[in-house]
Amino acid sequence: MINLIIAIVIGVLILIMAIIAVHHKNIVVGIIAAGVVSLFASILYLLLAAPDVAMTEAAIGSGLSTIIFFYVLNKIKRQNG
Amino acid sequence: MVKNSLIFIVLIGFAVLLADLFVGFNGNTDLNTLANHYAVSGPEEVGSANLVTAVVVTYRGLDTLGEVTILFLAAAIVSFLLKVEAGASLNRKLRSTSEILDTASRILVPVIFLFGIYVFINGHLSPGGGFQGGAIIASGLVLMLLAQPAKEVGHKLITLVESISGISFVLIGVAGVLFAAGFLDNKLLSLGKFGTIFSAGVIPIIYIFVGLKVGAELSGIITNLHENQNEA
Repeated sequence: MINLIIAIVIGVLILIMAIIAVHHKNIVVGIIAAGVVSLFASILYLLLAAPDVAMTEAAIGSGLSTIIFFYVLNKIKRQNG
Repeated sequence: MVKNSLIFIVLIGFAVLLADLFVGFNGNTDLNTLANHYAVSGPEEVGSANLVTAVVVTYRGLDTLGEVTILFLAAAIVSFLLKVEAGASLNRKLRSTSEILDTASRILVPVIFLFGIYVFINGHLSPGGGFQGGAIIASGLVLMLLAQPAKEVGHKLITLVESISGISFVLIGVAGVLFAAGFLDNKLLSLGKFGTIFSAGVIPIIYIFVGLKVGAELSGIITNLHENQNEA
């Protein structure tokens, strides 16, 4: 029962973060919100008894892809002046 | 206004299409035939304490080889598109990093590398495996590059590790055809005692190569992007 409540709370948080990631005016905030979506998703995978998937999601989804987005954002900013 | 209402109509259409699935859904309480086979006879056939690893490396080993190949292709395309001219990264103006990040990275980076290696060596015993371990190693490299942006990472080393582990992975598969039941069969070595580090046939060896390969590929992508930052 407690797991169900935690899962619902995390699901709602994922939805809020996803909406922020799409609609926020500042792209940096958007990228970080997208990383937080992955972080909450990995906690959800852990609750659903899939630790292997949770590790991949935490390392690649919220770690590496966020940093790659920042590298690309920096490069685009330089190219546009 | 028209555009928004069109989007709304499309969403309603999806909801109607998927409503049938949602109403008729009741979760499975028991495993289906294939999952049951994996869960019941997996420990005897493969000898791996982590059943996910048994499925990923042995039952679906060819798919893992395909995934590693796709990742290799992605890394190769990134390094092809982001060619760095020799010496271009030397004359960069760098902000000095903060004391906290510098000190923390000195302590944390070796620990993160060690944890990544632990994860892929123990892939057949505990959660995790080659992909997870490789990704953890690459995130350790990210921390290192954030703290010391001027640091040069050896491309030759990354390429060498990546190619040797890729070739070894395929050679183990071919050795399975010659000396065991088929491609990537894990009975090439004896299964050993269930639950110990030297068990589950060739799974630990394959996962060490997969971990090194994934770690080298992701590190290659990060390094290429990092060295390419100051060019227009």
